[in-house]
Amino acid sequence: MIKVENLVKVFGTKHAVDGISFAVERGEVLGFLGPNGAGKSTTMRMITGFITPTEGKVTVGGFDIVEQPIAAKRLMGYLPENAPAYTDMTVQGFLGFAAEIRGLHGEAKRKAVARAVDLCFLENVLHQSVETLSKGYRHRTCFAQSIIHDPDVLILDEPTDGLDPNQKHEIRMLIRKMGEKKAIIFSTHILEEVDAVCSRAVIIDRGRIVANGTPEQLRQKSEWAGAVTLRVVGQSESAIKDKLTQLRSTKRVALHANGTQIKATAFPRTAGDGDFTREVIEATRGWQIEELHTEEGRLDEVFRSITMPDTVKDQTK
Amino acid sequence: MNSWVNIKTIAKRELVAYFMSPLAYVFIVIFLLLCGTFTFFFGYFYERGVAELGQSFFFWHPWFYLFLVPAVGMRLWAEERRVGTLELLMTMPITPWQAILGKFLASWLFLAIALALTFPLWITVNYLGNPDNGVIFAAYLGSWLMAGAYLAISCITSAMTRAQVVSFIVALVVCALLLLVGTGGALEFFKNLFGAGMAEAIGSFSFLTHFVGFSKGVIDSRDVLFFLSLIGFSLFTTSVILREHRH
Repeated sequence: MIKVENLVKVFGTKHAVDGISFAVERGEVLGFLGPNGAGKSTTMRMITGFITPTEGKVTVGGFDIVEQPIAAKRLMGYLPENAPAYTDMTVQGFLGFAAEIRGLHGEAKRKAVARAVDLCFLENVLHQSVETLSKGYRHRTCFAQSIIHDPDVLILDEPTDGLDPNQKHEIRMLIRKMGEKKAIIFSTHILEEVDAVCSRAVIIDRGRIVANGTPEQLRQKSEWAGAVTLRVVGQSESAIKDKLTQLRSTKRVALHANGTQIKATAFPRTAGDGDFTREVIEATRGWQIEELHTEEGRLDEVFRSITMPDTVKDQTK
Repeated sequence: MNSWVNIKTIAKRELVAYFMSPLAYVFIVIFLLLCGTFTFFFGYFYERGVAELGQSFFFWHPWFYLFLVPAVGMRLWAEERRVGTLELLMTMPITPWQAILGKFLASWLFLAIALALTFPLWITVNYLGNPDNGVIFAAYLGSWLMAGAYLAISCITSAMTRAQVVSFIVALVVCALLLLVGTGGALEFFKNLFGAGMAEAIGSFSFLTHFVGFSKGVIDSRDVLFFLSLIGFSLFTTSVILREHRH
């Protein structure tokens, strides 16, 4: 549904987006991750046709956003960053306008507004002026405008920003449910959201894609992936450390002593090594082990190591 | 066909938004107060003893508009840019032209409403005497066209900035220039400086020289064309500025 080919955006001398390519099919929810200023919003603005690419091509449902903007825009719903909405209108008036501009009139318009209001929990503020809404309500009002015409493609720039935990949960569930039938791109800073919602994630840094895969695949890139943590009683710190370090596949060992219990984490040489756990279990046979589990890998650590490699290296030292 | 539906939708939203904010009411009240005060006190409406509105009422319009119309136009694009709704508008399935035209027509219609609310003056003059209503109609038409030209210039300045105040001041300065070059003093000055032909050429860019005919009841196609082409040119410039923001 969405195809982005070698997209470039230059502001003055700065390459805000520097050769990004990817595709999103119907039934996919693509998470867009990256530090502030990485080019996420700029990319989304080019996909939705708000700004013109310096180079490259975007097609939505087969329509080129530069050549056939109207046809492409018809297929899309867009929630811009900071969720702007006309402050001098009521929520109902604003959604009615959004429906009309999408070609919905009369009964179709009434139904579309009612549906969006229902999905975004806006019943209570329907006749309130947008200006007087709290941030969460304003956000959901703008979100409601993006889904008013039940579009095939949804572009959401930080859709859960400014919501409370319950609302965040509702919106995530909504996105996941809609993702079954639509092609959705959404950007976020919240990594747990990626797990909760995305079928695939892309990490962008300095205008380039630095990682692209399912949340599972990304997590495998973490040094925590496949690491084994165990809680041991009755062994000295040095004994534990020596034993684990001697293993063929061990990269390094981290220890946390807590009274008589010692917690140790052994990291495998290759992240996500499936045999590492068995190796650790065999080596520690005969010890009194209170707890042992294999780590899944941590997205936040992957995110940091990819987007600011220098700092992470320093911390490891 | 479809584009008119879009233009209408945009215009309707804009017009509703005007009346949701106090701006519309403040504007109309001030405009009507100014009209009343100037017509009766400074326009010597009664003292003239003539049943007409050209000298007492319409005479002041170019000067009222100078301050009032930039205030109506300043929010058109500046507010969209400040709040970020421009991003919504430009990613909806409409062309930039439909948005520009829709917003302009809404404001112009708003000015028409304000102008129409001066009807008690028309009733008064008809009650007191037998004015030539054709002349009055022509003057109303000219006044509205002129207001549109002021408004179109305010569109340009509004598209250039996020700050409504900046838009207001720049529009006021530009409109003041276009107004003042047509005054007697300025024309005299240019005549001495560049000669009569040049002075006339410069004067022909003024709102004033093109409005005078209307206020006397003459609908000259050249004057109509002047205002319409000024509107067209200004809206085109607005579209260029808006396009630049998106590059």
